[in-house]
Amino acid sequence: MTLVWKLLRQHISLPQLVGFFFANLFGMLIVLLGFQLYHDILPVFTQGDTFLKKDFLIVSKRIGTVGTFSGRASTFTSAEVDDIRKQRFCKDVGAFTASRYTVSAGMGIEGIASFRTEMFFESVPAQFVDTDSERWHFTPESGVVPIILPRNYLAIYNFGFARTRSLPQLSESVIGMVDLDIVMRGAGREGRVKGKVIGFSNRLNTILVPDDFMAWSNAEYAPGADTAPTRLIVEVDNPADDAVVRYFQHKGYELEDDKLAAGRHTYFLKVLAGIVMSVGLFISLLSFYILTLSIYLLVQKNTSKLENLLLIGYSPARVSLPYQLLAVGMNAVVLLLSLLLLVCVREFYMERIWMLFPQMEEASLWPSCLLGGLLFAGVSAFNVLAVRRKVQSVWHRKE
Amino acid sequence: MDTIELKNTLPSVFVTRNDVQSDIWHQTVTLERGQIYLVEAASGTGKSSLCSYLIGYRQDYEGIICFDGKNIRSLTVKDWVEVRKRSISCLFQELRLFPGLTAYENVAIKNSLTGCKRKKKIKAWFEALGIADKIHTPVGRMSFGQQQRVALIRALVQPFDFLLLDEPVSHLDDRNAALLGELLTEEVRVREAGMVVTSVGKHIRLNYDKTFRL
Repeated sequence: MTLVWKLLRQHISLPQLVGFFFANLFGMLIVLLGFQLYHDILPVFTQGDTFLKKDFLIVSKRIGTVGTFSGRASTFTSAEVDDIRKQRFCKDVGAFTASRYTVSAGMGIEGIASFRTEMFFESVPAQFVDTDSERWHFTPESGVVPIILPRNYLAIYNFGFARTRSLPQLSESVIGMVDLDIVMRGAGREGRVKGKVIGFSNRLNTILVPDDFMAWSNAEYAPGADTAPTRLIVEVDNPADDAVVRYFQHKGYELEDDKLAAGRHTYFLKVLAGIVMSVGLFISLLSFYILTLSIYLLVQKNTSKLENLLLIGYSPARVSLPYQLLAVGMNAVVLLLSLLLLVCVREFYMERIWMLFPQMEEASLWPSCLLGGLLFAGVSAFNVLAVRRKVQSVWHRKE
Repeated sequence: MDTIELKNTLPSVFVTRNDVQSDIWHQTVTLERGQIYLVEAASGTGKSSLCSYLIGYRQDYEGIICFDGKNIRSLTVKDWVEVRKRSISCLFQELRLFPGLTAYENVAIKNSLTGCKRKKKIKAWFEALGIADKIHTPVGRMSFGQQQRVALIRALVQPFDFLLLDEPVSHLDDRNAALLGELLTEEVRVREAGMVVTSVGKHIRLNYDKTFRL
């Protein structure tokens, strides 16, 4: 092998190989970077609540000055709900049901009530809450209500309340272990239940309890009260769909549109990542072209040597091997280097992303490694075949 | 491989000729293992073509050539690699050495394919043919006569049933030609191989079993 290599390495053009090496390196790096960046940034927009189904919108009526006085204008009639249900984009509609009695909740740490506050509850139909029905469930006998809190409530407590009152700051998991003491008053009655926070939501600005608890408590403490919904939860196919926005604008409803914005941001992110990756792929293709040309040229210059080797009994496969190893070896080095560079660049930008979104979960590097591996395999397979074809053409004396 | 048969074989370039006078072209000829043949020819009569056909380098002929009764047109690339590695060894008229490699490397590159001969034996041949002092000299810096001897040693470092020698002594003096003849006779006898020697005039003195006029 060493003698064959000694023979065939003559005429290898170093500048061409260096050109290929860097072109391929940049191409591969750009592809991988585009891909990794997309996966790293995507959660910023799509970070969902583990408790709520993904593609839903919250719809309310605009509260105008007239509505403030008339009182009823901001509720949805059943005809309006049915109309939304009939829309093409709509998969499901549910109403927010609000508590019609007074609620106060206290939080005690080690038996000492530290604060107590007036509050309210809302519920949505169970099918919109994506948690197992065992946990999202209430029976009057158990007396324990599962609750989902808005995440910013915790932030307000930790950064606003707790610090000024020298109270301990609480993590989400600690909150989960604390029992809330909930007192309900209405219709001349008073009742107590335990509240258990089972999760936090970024997207729902309400204190969510199970539908069955709401039905029971409203019947118990506010029998006969008006329960027309003021907010609706609408599950849609695609929140970025223009028809969605047009319909609600036309009706004069308001959308809590973070989901819409997220949809658009995700779309732009996809387009951007697509462009970056295309550029990378294009560079990769060019580099690939350089290598192929370079190999062809090399084979051409070494045709007589290759022919002599074949004539003294070397097989085309054996004669091809040094060039194939050269190409595959270079591709492997390029892959490793670009993965290494990817890790470095990623460290750099992830630090900045984390500064902005500390709670964001880290995306895995494996998909990029896999993509790099696939690119490597594809390019190498092509190189191996190109060399083999070229040597075969020497055998058949077409060179 | 025991026989090489040529049946009505004719180089394509001769097809338009009105008259072909030859003991080989357009004849039925069988070359047998263990026999030594001399093919005498004037230049341009297709002696190198004959070697090229037998080694699978060219296929521009009419008629049929068979190895042990098998038409060689049906051989695959893999089959030819085996033939070149184990059955037919050829000393090319144009030598086909690698000028950048030393004399020894030129031999070793072939020997490494089958590991047929030991280094000691190869060195002994270099000595016998009077080029021991050139063993580590790049072939490009050797005379054609010296190169011819290196190419011959290379032709011997593989197993073979037939040895084709295309003008092996064209650039050798009588003394060296005689040395070569002795060496060849001995090798071919030991291996019980057949040998086909072509010549345009000057040829090695050997006990030829048959002489063809091409």
